[in-house]
Amino acid sequence: MSDAATEQGRDRARVDAPLKVSGLAPYAYEHELEDPLFLVPVLSTVATGAITGIDAEAARAVPGVALVLTHENAPRLALPTIPTLAVLRKPRVRYRGEIVAAVVADSLETARYAASLVRVDYAAPPSGPDVRLDPEDPGVRPLRRVMGVYPGQHTVGDVDGELAGAAYRVEGHYATPVNHHNPIEPHSMVALWHADLGPLATVQPRSTRLTVWDSNQGVVAPQGVLAGAFGLLPTQVEVISPYVGGSFGTKGMPHPHVMVTAMAARKLPGRAVKVALTRPQMFAGTGYRPETRQRVALAADEQGRLRAVDHEVFAPVSRVIPWVDPTAGPSLSMYASPTRRVSYRAQHLDIGPGTFMRAPGEYTGMFALETAMDELAREMGMDPVELRLRNEPEADPESGRPWSSRHVATCLTEGARIFGLEQQQQPGGRREGEWLLGMGVASASFPQMGMGPSLARITFTGGRYVVSMQASDIGTGAWTVLAQIAAQALDVPQDQVEARIGTTDAPYAIIAGGSTGTFGWGSAVVEAAQAFRAEHGSDPAEGATTRARTRMPQGVRGVRRMAFGAHFAEVAVSEVSGEVRVRRLYGHFDGGRIMNPRTARSQLVGGMTMGLSGALFEESYRDPRFGHVVNADLAGYHVAAHADVVDIEVGWVGEPDPWMGATGAKGIGEVGIVGVPAAIGNAIFDATGLRLRELPFTPVKVLEAWESSGPAPAATVR
Amino acid sequence: MNITVKVDGTSYTDEVEPRTLLVYYLRETLGKTGTVVGCDTSNCGACTVLLDGRSVKSCNVLAVQADGHEVTTIEGLADGETLTPVQEAFRECHALQCGFCTPGMIMQATDLLATNPSPTEDEVRVGMEGNLCRCTGYHNIVKAVLQASGQPASSGGEQA
Repeated sequence: MSDAATEQGRDRARVDAPLKVSGLAPYAYEHELEDPLFLVPVLSTVATGAITGIDAEAARAVPGVALVLTHENAPRLALPTIPTLAVLRKPRVRYRGEIVAAVVADSLETARYAASLVRVDYAAPPSGPDVRLDPEDPGVRPLRRVMGVYPGQHTVGDVDGELAGAAYRVEGHYATPVNHHNPIEPHSMVALWHADLGPLATVQPRSTRLTVWDSNQGVVAPQGVLAGAFGLLPTQVEVISPYVGGSFGTKGMPHPHVMVTAMAARKLPGRAVKVALTRPQMFAGTGYRPETRQRVALAADEQGRLRAVDHEVFAPVSRVIPWVDPTAGPSLSMYASPTRRVSYRAQHLDIGPGTFMRAPGEYTGMFALETAMDELAREMGMDPVELRLRNEPEADPESGRPWSSRHVATCLTEGARIFGLEQQQQPGGRREGEWLLGMGVASASFPQMGMGPSLARITFTGGRYVVSMQASDIGTGAWTVLAQIAAQALDVPQDQVEARIGTTDAPYAIIAGGSTGTFGWGSAVVEAAQAFRAEHGSDPAEGATTRARTRMPQGVRGVRRMAFGAHFAEVAVSEVSGEVRVRRLYGHFDGGRIMNPRTARSQLVGGMTMGLSGALFEESYRDPRFGHVVNADLAGYHVAAHADVVDIEVGWVGEPDPWMGATGAKGIGEVGIVGVPAAIGNAIFDATGLRLRELPFTPVKVLEAWESSGPAPAATVR
Repeated sequence: MNITVKVDGTSYTDEVEPRTLLVYYLRETLGKTGTVVGCDTSNCGACTVLLDGRSVKSCNVLAVQADGHEVTTIEGLADGETLTPVQEAFRECHALQCGFCTPGMIMQATDLLATNPSPTEDEVRVGMEGNLCRCTGYHNIVKAVLQASGQPASSGGEQA
């Protein structure tokens, strides 16, 4: 049977759709609990300093207020391993928007009102805060490692020599802004401390002391963090998260509200304490994609073969958590070149910490690299697809390891054919009224990390197979796809299998992050299914159960695994307003075996749309005095809406990768966003001759570029 | 203040504070949690309900403003197990991922099709512009609305 035929067989509607279209899927906040209390956090209004006093008397006097929690009365907890979670411990502030108090009341309105009455006094520190991004600041330091695994400084060969003597050379400075994830569901949580368990000594290791309904990418993270902080065994903390309203990285690790809400619940045993952050509170304290400043220089010989790849990254780092995106990652692995240099510098600031956001690093770095590749193609007068094909590396340039599979060339050539890529030799020649038209291309990649094994359990009960594991469906389709994978491996119809995920009452699994879910969890499911059949045969007894773990092929560390793709964009740029409209986007992907074309297509289209949104709209502005974000809601932070997205299509190679484990699937949650802004920017160049190197491509930037490049094409072409 | 509101076919009389927003009345007082809160600033549309048959963002309507009126939420659309054509089309067309925007999308689409039973793709995109989705890229949502209107969903749309 061909893989295409089986792929069609795998095209299934989501199993969670009936509940979701009826408004009956319970997200964290939507679980109905008796007589709940409502928590509203109070955020710091300064970036650094000591808290000299908190006047909560007026708040406590409001009828209905059950608790005002501050550092003075918060439970003493063990120091959490995640530094942001050390909240309400000391009278000090580390970034503006840090939680300094919380009000709990019997209605949300009362809690909000009372929170507005809490008065916090601060003593300013002798100097600072340091919140301004400045590459020339004396405190800027080179980084030795990024994200623990990437080299902070990496040089192969004589980069400067090659750049100096190159037949062709381009160099550009690129900038990407702060982006916020903005899932539509806010960070939400309900915490219930069980009151009736008696003294600690009599409590069994498995009796639940704290139950948490939470919105996260994996129940294991809040479970571990809360157990550690409250001195409980992980088995005594129950986390329930069946449905998660989007995440994109921001719900991967617990944020301070999780700790604060659990503390409040600890002081109010027997009462469910609920919190849903407002959009401004999300902007303040749940992570973001940090801004970057980058320099990329490329050198090429007469035939367009790269002789040097030089990529410098400068980024801010929060003093609380030193998160830096691996922005130069694409320059390590995308193209063959005899010389290569990657270098990171960071400035430590008194700002809230960034975190992983959909394709961390790869998204920002590929924007710079793939724009530079387009500049090189223009410089040489070479077809941009051909230039990329000439620089395909046979093995991973950084490690020398062979590719597990790499179909970049197919993505580029098939994609160009399907899309109908036709660029102009001279930009600015295609127009419709005020609109100048152009097309662009850019490649995409995303590493396939091993995040460790997951466990899956299969139980036969009531004539059905139940697959349980702690996996999380943040909108990806895990509910559906894991059941599909199990059904296929068990060789039974899918309606005989149901998944049970999103709860700590299931075998351990890695979190839904790094595009690892489908292949990592999926492998465990296949292993469990095979072991189940081996142990229990094809006619299992009621209650038959088998557990197994993710297994990757022997020798997997000897290969380099990445998902790839190529994006094609057609844009229209208004010479009147500077507005950029993306008329068409096409992405062709190498995502290994596609497990369910319907959920996969939606993931990829959604990723590309977020890329379009980042290319044209998304930017969080920092206040230069306090470092917090000023456009901190969806009125000020624009994301793409229906009318911004016209025609987006995807295709894929569909070839299983034997090194990805039993599924042969690569992760596709992130590769869809990578490269989209470069493809759009390259199309803007084709349309107008303007080279934009800073995201987002707002009308102001287009008009300013036109102004500084002399008369607009409107004046010359007409 | 005392209000009487018909919600999903049932009449309720309740004492509410003047500051209570319609969305919190629906969620906290009536337990209609299918209507969710996404942004508080009327941008995302996740809280969209029908007020006397027309869509409103219930985070920007006071509960007292609904006094004497009729509200339909996502939970009041289906007839038992039988979904409406819009709900069915959203399920079939995979017009959702995380599903958090879905109730609002479906309510807005229901209003759109009530006023314009055969919209063009462009009219769907403009008519649904006040409802944000962060997962799907909107494509399947547009398809679902067109399918619910009984029209074939083509790919590609009208241009800039």
